[in-house]
Amino acid sequence: MTAGLLVTPGNSGPGSGVWARARRHPSFVVGSVLTALLVAAAALSLFWTPWPPTEINIPHKLQSPSAAHWLGTDALGRDVLSLLLVGAQSSIVVGVIAVGLGAGLGVTLGCLAAAQRANGRGWVDEILMRCADFTFAFPALLSAILLTAIYGPGLLTSIVAIGIFNVPVFARIARGAAVAVWTRDYVTAARAAGLSPWRITRWHVLPNIASPLIVQATISFATAILAEAALSYLGLGTQPPQPSWGRLLNDAQSLMFQAPMLAVWPGAAIMLSVLGLNLMGDGLRDLLDPKLNRQR
Amino acid sequence: MLWFVVKRLAGFVATLAVASVVVFAVLELLPGSAAEVILGETATPEAVAALQAQLGLDQPAPTRYLQWVGGLLQGDTARSISYDTPTSQLLAERLRVTLPLAVMAMLLTVVLALGLGIYAAARHHRLGDVGVMTISQLGIAIPNFWFAILLILLFSVQLQWVSAGGFPGWTADEGGGLWPGLKALLLPALSLALVQAAILARMTRSALLDVMREDHVRTARAKGLSRRQALLRHVLRNALIPVLTMAGLQFANLITGTIVVENVFVLPGVGRLIFQAVSNRDLVVVRDVVMLLAALVVLVNLLVDLLYVVVDPRLRRAAA
Repeated sequence: MTAGLLVTPGNSGPGSGVWARARRHPSFVVGSVLTALLVAAAALSLFWTPWPPTEINIPHKLQSPSAAHWLGTDALGRDVLSLLLVGAQSSIVVGVIAVGLGAGLGVTLGCLAAAQRANGRGWVDEILMRCADFTFAFPALLSAILLTAIYGPGLLTSIVAIGIFNVPVFARIARGAAVAVWTRDYVTAARAAGLSPWRITRWHVLPNIASPLIVQATISFATAILAEAALSYLGLGTQPPQPSWGRLLNDAQSLMFQAPMLAVWPGAAIMLSVLGLNLMGDGLRDLLDPKLNRQR
Repeated sequence: MLWFVVKRLAGFVATLAVASVVVFAVLELLPGSAAEVILGETATPEAVAALQAQLGLDQPAPTRYLQWVGGLLQGDTARSISYDTPTSQLLAERLRVTLPLAVMAMLLTVVLALGLGIYAAARHHRLGDVGVMTISQLGIAIPNFWFAILLILLFSVQLQWVSAGGFPGWTADEGGGLWPGLKALLLPALSLALVQAAILARMTRSALLDVMREDHVRTARAKGLSRRQALLRHVLRNALIPVLTMAGLQFANLITGTIVVENVFVLPGVGRLIFQAVSNRDLVVVRDVVMLLAALVVLVNLLVDLLYVVVDPRLRRAAA
């Protein structure tokens, strides 16, 4: 019985109880710290990096880690730490916009499907969900490659491709949760009071389906970082001179015999970011949805 | 049963039909004509017109769509612009690398995931369980192409056991053979399998734990079966449905994963073909490869749907 445990409109705010439990939840704490580090790295790099990230300094190329260059320098003598800090920007930009796009469109479509179904127009729901089923034939990387073939490689193309992939993911979750909310007594009461489906969705459905959507947003953010890194590695995502972790890995691969550590740092940065977001998502799921917590 | 299969097959064909329309339409929406995109901005109008005629672009879109689909179904495909070979021939060559790679990766995934998942479930809340869960959490976060690079660093650069990439071919004539071929695919398959195995192991564990709480398992334990015996005899089969679903969905990730991993290891497979086709703006190849990969994903989902009925006798009765 999902609906019975959904948060009711009166107490949907993050009560003090949630935060007290959050501080004791190990994966939420570790995940939040790692995610905060990612955001801090990107924010810091906006106005400060140890060295100018794009400054080429051939005499200082391929240096090992030292006091001056904590993580060493790359083939062009650029400071690896500075490149990594700036690279966090690409990951965050892609994550935020792609997930925002996917969630915005997906939740709208999901809520529309649920509202139409509850108001006797099941065929709209049916059509929308069959479309969502169908998009599984095109995984994010495949649609990104298709778009790149047409519009050329670039950050925007990869954001759009990853965003499109997220639309059915969010639509499905929003629809599933919203259908349950539409059967609740307080929605029946609101309908009896003459509220339009749009207002019911805005005031009653959305606040009650927020938890699973927040969890999904965290997980999708992690997936977006991985997809952006893969596209940039292939040279189809972020374009030079803007540094990105995927590109740094591509550059490092040709230097594996001279400077193996160059291939370690960017990958570790991706892994820690994704790990942080996934752990935070797991933690949020436990904290926001007591039912799932008990099922484990 | 027959009705169920017919319904699923109809869904499969319908999905493929829609997918083909989408792929075709997306490439139609191109800013400018395909010929201009292929030739680049510096092309003369005469060259564009000539290529348009060669590609059949002077005909109306529905005619070209039907020609394309008809060609795909009969194996009579258009010629690649950069390779000057029919795409069906290119794909057949490249699938000889990609299919064995995908199958190897899937086998590794299932073996690793079931092993780790069953082990973790049997030691629920003990050290082994915590260890498996921690490793799998890390595994999910590792990008497959980075893991591939790390494997090359360890096995090719440090230990020098295998070459850092390339594929020798399956026959002695090509300079390879069955064993050298398999050896070249081992690291790529492993790097594809790691992430998928981590996800599937977690899924297996939680599916097993869910079934273990059911009454029939409690009865089996009460009759004197050990936790491990009950797990293998009564739980595993019941937990297979969600595990199978997940494995089916993962195949899609695996297929797209080959695009990246084949590039890391410079393997002449479909993934590398589509990457090169994008770089060369060879839209004929892009269109056919995207269609092929989408069809593979849909086909595997169909097979998973049909497998459910084999695994679950309840579904078999419902389907009858």
